[in-house]
Amino acid sequence: MKTTKEISLGDIAARSEELRGENMTLNMGPSHPATHGVLRLSLELDGDKVIKCDPVIGYLHRGDEKIAENMTYNQFVPYTDRLDYLAPLANNVAYAIAVEKLAGLKMPERCEAIRVACCEMARISSHLLGLGVYAMDTGAWTVFMYTFNEREKLYTLFEELTGARFTTSYTRIGGLTRDLPEGWLQRVETFCDGVLKTIDEVDRLLTRNGIFLERTEGVAPISKELALAYGLTGPNLRASGVAFDLRKDKPYSGYEKYDFDIPVGTKGDCFDRYLVRMEEVRQSVRILRQVIKTMPGGAWYAEDAKKIFLPPKAKTMTKMEELIQNFMLVTEGPQIPAGEVYFEAENPKGSLGFYIVSNGGGVPYRLRIHGPSFVSLSILPAIVPGNFLTDIASILGSLDFVMGECDR
Amino acid sequence: MDVLALTQKFPQTQNCAGQDMTTFAVNSAELADIVKYLRDEQGFDLLADLCGMDWKDRTPNLGVVIHLLNTKNREYVRLHAACVDDSVPTVSAIHPGANWHEREAYDMFGIKFIGHPDPRRILMWDAYPYHPLRKDFPLAGIEVPFPAADVAAVTGQTVEPAPMMGGPFVSSGGHMSGAEPQALDQSWNEEKPKS
Repeated sequence: MKTTKEISLGDIAARSEELRGENMTLNMGPSHPATHGVLRLSLELDGDKVIKCDPVIGYLHRGDEKIAENMTYNQFVPYTDRLDYLAPLANNVAYAIAVEKLAGLKMPERCEAIRVACCEMARISSHLLGLGVYAMDTGAWTVFMYTFNEREKLYTLFEELTGARFTTSYTRIGGLTRDLPEGWLQRVETFCDGVLKTIDEVDRLLTRNGIFLERTEGVAPISKELALAYGLTGPNLRASGVAFDLRKDKPYSGYEKYDFDIPVGTKGDCFDRYLVRMEEVRQSVRILRQVIKTMPGGAWYAEDAKKIFLPPKAKTMTKMEELIQNFMLVTEGPQIPAGEVYFEAENPKGSLGFYIVSNGGGVPYRLRIHGPSFVSLSILPAIVPGNFLTDIASILGSLDFVMGECDR
Repeated sequence: MDVLALTQKFPQTQNCAGQDMTTFAVNSAELADIVKYLRDEQGFDLLADLCGMDWKDRTPNLGVVIHLLNTKNREYVRLHAACVDDSVPTVSAIHPGANWHEREAYDMFGIKFIGHPDPRRILMWDAYPYHPLRKDFPLAGIEVPFPAADVAAVTGQTVEPAPMMGGPFVSSGGHMSGAEPQALDQSWNEEKPKS
């Protein structure tokens, strides 16, 4: 005779402690597509649920701060490219402004405007990549193709401006490497029209997409208090509802002249972080258009900073004074007075800070780099536990970090 | 910010007349109290940066530099704290974001943070014996055992100092000869006799 037994969920729930298996330790990374670089997460899982997350970083540590102490200020510019390597122009500008602040240099208007254009283009480029791979992490492949298409156009513009697509090294202490190429601003204008169309396309693909909403809405919310306690900056802080943007609150390089809005989120979940970045691209285009319209003429480097910026090549070749100046600058580096400075710039990923201590001369005594990605990752142990393993891809994508800047 | 209120509450705090922001040299024993006071009473709610420092000609040579930001008044403040016996109190209970910065300062300078919840290295591997950002640590590095002992047992591999010849680095001290700029280490130069 057959005996039957009804399965009751209540019984199982009552025995949950007895039925519970042991926790599993899972190693995610350092080579995992969702970790966007060489980040390793040491996870403790209860079934599908993360109960502990310990990020292990340092796989890309190059000792940039030590290197900086052993070379002249201009020699370090190429190293700043490799911090946030998705927005090298913005790093170049932040570093140059920090050193100039220490030297007490005021840049001519044209130089400032070109730098603003560089920063905003870098922001668009970084956000395009950030949004593309974020969408890919949550299962939408097409968005990545669309945003990368625009990013390629942007890199062609960078190449024309700086001579390199990725490692731009465009700024020098006291100026830039070169002036704008002929007709470049018109080509930027054309790009602006195109990128807005792409962003609208992405908007239509993602913002009301059921799968994307399911994977991001309400996932890993960061409250205002938590964001401030962990020192988050940039889009991640603004998504949590803190309207703090260094471009508005501590304007540098002439940002106060341009009219733009700061998008702010309400819940601070993964979806808010996506929305803030989408809007920031539109605002960057708005700033770019104003820069193009009001690009001032005149000098593009600090002409009177004879101990900091190289003289024009033609004069170096024909005049004695300039030849000596050139020789001294190349051998001994730009002469920066003794003192200390901390300067933060609003970079695509957050505030990139440089704390520079100088004892005078051409080499910094100490150069500290405060990378926003380092801070964004330090919040992971607080927000990841309680989420499912699959949510980690959304969380990492939404924080938009880059390991080059985190490990330095 | 209210400089007077701070110096009255903590009389050992010195105002250092910073060029770019208000700067204080604080007694390291009071560091955590001052950071808490600045957060609760004066609105410095965001830890902008915390880093270690090696002032090679001061005693004590190690110290910590903290930058705090008031997101409402848009104001920065800088705190210098010298270490006592290579240690300072942790501020990670006040600003949880300081946790990783303090781990980095320990890793790079060997500064111990009293009361830190997780005092591990962060950028270098756990068994690494040195603190590379100290001024007496050479730029090229020092030979150390390979982190994976099982690999090293088979291959005999070690972590070697970086090659410096022909590099972009400013050479400090030493005798330079010849008209052309050249690297300090000439052991690679085939024109010169090997010593």
